[in-house]
Amino acid sequence: MTLEHLSILAAALAVSFGALAPALAEGKAVAAAMDAIARQPDAAPVLSRTLFVGLAMIETMAIYCLVIALLLLYANPFTGGAG
Amino acid sequence: MSNPLESPILFHIGPVPIASVVVETLALNLVLIGSCWLLLRREGLPRTLLIALVETIHEQLAEVLHRDPTPFLPLLGTLFLFVLSANLSAALPGVEPATARLETAAALALVVFGAVHWYGIRVCGFKAYFRHYLEPTPLLLPLHLLAELTRTLSLTLRLFGNMMSHGFVIAVLLSLAALLVPVPFMLLGVLIGVIQAYIFTVLAAVYLAAALGEHGPDHPEPDAPSAPVEPRVPTP
Repeated sequence: MTLEHLSILAAALAVSFGALAPALAEGKAVAAAMDAIARQPDAAPVLSRTLFVGLAMIETMAIYCLVIALLLLYANPFTGGAG
Repeated sequence: MSNPLESPILFHIGPVPIASVVVETLALNLVLIGSCWLLLRREGLPRTLLIALVETIHEQLAEVLHRDPTPFLPLLGTLFLFVLSANLSAALPGVEPATARLETAAALALVVFGAVHWYGIRVCGFKAYFRHYLEPTPLLLPLHLLAELTRTLSLTLRLFGNMMSHGFVIAVLLSLAALLVPVPFMLLGVLIGVIQAYIFTVLAAVYLAAALGEHGPDHPEPDAPSAPVEPRVPTP
């Protein structure tokens, strides 16, 4: 197994595990927001705005993993450029 | 599939390479300015819609900033309109959205980074603004500086990652099943574009609100009954 193969495997692992945890976290956040909106429909605008901002924050973690995967595939510093 | 981290160079002006994304951004700016100028010249439905859009942005920003957003409306409103139109230009055939390039997203995030300090110093004063870096204890100064860096980085990567990865997904789908299958995903792309533009603007406003703190003449009384709870957003 060469460094290129390892990089491809690492990219796949980074994206898969990087998607797993933020997906769970986003599910929890949306469920909590739905619960709150169902209890207090008047607060829906404030809740949904905060929800969107919070989701963006959580999603950033997945995006970080995606960027790492892209770096491994397209700009790998250890295999000398394109992997 | 082309490398998403590299920008294709269109042509050179002397020694300066001009990437295609630069031409696209300039064209988009011209279209935005031109259409606004044309629509605002005479009465009619488009003019009313444009004014309604600006008033909606004004309203939303007032809720996030908890003060009169008029001084910040030119910056944040322009950011929203530019990011929105750049994201939605992905729906046009043959156009790659300018925000799906790292450089554009980084430039926009740097504008936000600069504007936050500029408005913070102007509203709070030089000393008061930099004192908040030493609160609650000077020990937290490195963490404050780190937060400044990471939030600019995350603002860049969020916009770039979302727009670029969506283009990637559609490219993969096209290679699997070219006919009709990517269409619902392209519709989803329109939704993602609008949401990302909204999130970018709201986050810029939240950072601005955090830098302005409790200063400023328009800040409502803390005991005011209608004062909504300030969204405390953690910095990733």
